[in-house]
Amino acid sequence: MITQHLPVLQVIVPLLTAPLCLLAQDRRFAWGASLAASGTAFLIAALLLAQTLEQGIISYELGGWSTPWGIEYRVDTVNAFVLLIVTAISSAVLLFAQRSVAREIIATRIPVFYTVYMLCLAGLLGIAVTGDVFNLFVFMEISALSSYTLIALSEQRRALTAAYQYLFMGTIGATFILIGIGLLYMMTGTLNMHDLSLRLPAVTGTRTVETAFAFLTVGISIKIALVPLHLWLPNAYAYAPSVVSAFIAATATKVAFYVLLRFMFTIFGVSFAFKTMPLNLIFMVLALAAMFAGSMAAMFQDNIKRLLAYSSIAQIGYMILGISFASVTGLTAAILHLFNHALMKGALFLALGCVVYRLGMVNMEQMRGLGRRMPWTMAAFALGGLSLIGVPLTVGFISKWYLVAGALERGWWPLAVAVLVASLLSLVYVWRVIEAAYFQAPLPADSDETGEAPLSMLLPTWALILANFYFGIDTSLTVGVASSAAQQLLGVSE
Amino acid sequence: MSVLIGHYNYWIVIFLMMAGLYVVIAQGNLVKKIVGLNIFQASVFILFISMGKIGGDTAPIIKQGVSLYSNPLPQVLILTAIVVGVATTALALALVVRINEAYRSVEEDEIHEQDQSF
Repeated sequence: MITQHLPVLQVIVPLLTAPLCLLAQDRRFAWGASLAASGTAFLIAALLLAQTLEQGIISYELGGWSTPWGIEYRVDTVNAFVLLIVTAISSAVLLFAQRSVAREIIATRIPVFYTVYMLCLAGLLGIAVTGDVFNLFVFMEISALSSYTLIALSEQRRALTAAYQYLFMGTIGATFILIGIGLLYMMTGTLNMHDLSLRLPAVTGTRTVETAFAFLTVGISIKIALVPLHLWLPNAYAYAPSVVSAFIAATATKVAFYVLLRFMFTIFGVSFAFKTMPLNLIFMVLALAAMFAGSMAAMFQDNIKRLLAYSSIAQIGYMILGISFASVTGLTAAILHLFNHALMKGALFLALGCVVYRLGMVNMEQMRGLGRRMPWTMAAFALGGLSLIGVPLTVGFISKWYLVAGALERGWWPLAVAVLVASLLSLVYVWRVIEAAYFQAPLPADSDETGEAPLSMLLPTWALILANFYFGIDTSLTVGVASSAAQQLLGVSE
Repeated sequence: MSVLIGHYNYWIVIFLMMAGLYVVIAQGNLVKKIVGLNIFQASVFILFISMGKIGGDTAPIIKQGVSLYSNPLPQVLILTAIVVGVATTALALALVVRINEAYRSVEEDEIHEQDQSF
């Protein structure tokens, strides 16, 4: 039966589409094939999520080798949810991509673009689906190398230095993770995540395991772009092609965040990560620093893509804050925000992609009076901005609600206040854009009629915006999955 | 003293790791930074290989009269990691070539200056 092989097909479909795109050397074909592969991956992810919700954990032995020796693909609610997010965003972005890519990337490089995009998707899905820590490292490098390439495909020369910087930070992060994995292997003799979680308790007192924990935490934090390890992120998002910004902003850091959850909760376990090691305190401090420093920096940006990048750093802070509570509500909030932030940042970056399509740039100056010239695009941006702030009826509100609830549950009300204050800061930077777009007259110099973006770009943007509202009103799917994922991670039965 | 000599392989690993990271951070030349990154990665390769070594063992190839072998798994893992390292280096060098075409320089401070003035 083909359904048995869904976990491995999840990776294979985009992985095999990549060389097809390259061999065909045809823009249309490459786009169609990528879209079809991404859509198929989305269906597979949806089926996997349905299966895990019904039957619990799915274990798939790669090549039929039995588990501690062979590579195991292990899908539970947590990674099924992540797979669904990544494939959904990727499909929406690809729908959007055809015209945007044609404008922003040199024609001869377009088949290469889709090839690398598919490799990046395969890498991200591989990270999420695998149950083997070394396999995870390899997939992480596949996705990372392809995302450096995607960023460097931009025509702006600053994208090159941004990609170079990202490559260095990313490689150091990945190598730290590799060191951590090596030290764990040294103590346990296994690379299988499930096997590791069974064998680690016997050796947790040793310094080697503590060192492994430290290396893994720092390495993954670089990949997540947690303050103060976030320096690669603003330039990478700001100078990448619009499509790439939307895809990477909405998926790469989310998948890295999933890796953190996997290592801290499944492999090391809560009692080691949060009682033996003071991770909750460290994360709480860094999360608050990220929330405030990211929002403050966002307020003073002139390039709107850079503004959103700094806002991403702040939003990562919310997710990390959720982890630091080490409770079911806190973790539910973190996982919810992972989903919700992917929706809002995906939508916002796509809206900016529409602006770039027409104007070529997204500085504050270009935004002036844009509300009249590109009404649909700017309305999408405004609604996405509301979701970012956390206005009721949007997904942003739901994740902040759970975060505040988690803080209050622990009795840490100053943290609840901090979340609300940080939300007010996001109101400031979103408002700057809205004010420019709706309340300032356009510059006379560029008063030539630039119209609305084409429908093929507006539709995916609006689909994500509507998803922001749909999941803000009907939370049964997201909250249900997130809380059952949180319970699985914490090992609490329902 | 036995900590120093008995674990000399790990001291080498730590030295190379720190030297590599230092070059990455301190060097302003984009190509030299890549060299630093390679040294840093090489230290991790040695860490993996040396952890599979047991005193008095040979290479993991079946041979008559030998019963003690190194653990082959870390060696296989490192083969993969070396491939990843080569890919990273290739990509980094390709980026440097394009940076050089765009900025006519591979010095970090000169590139930064051009970005500021622009």
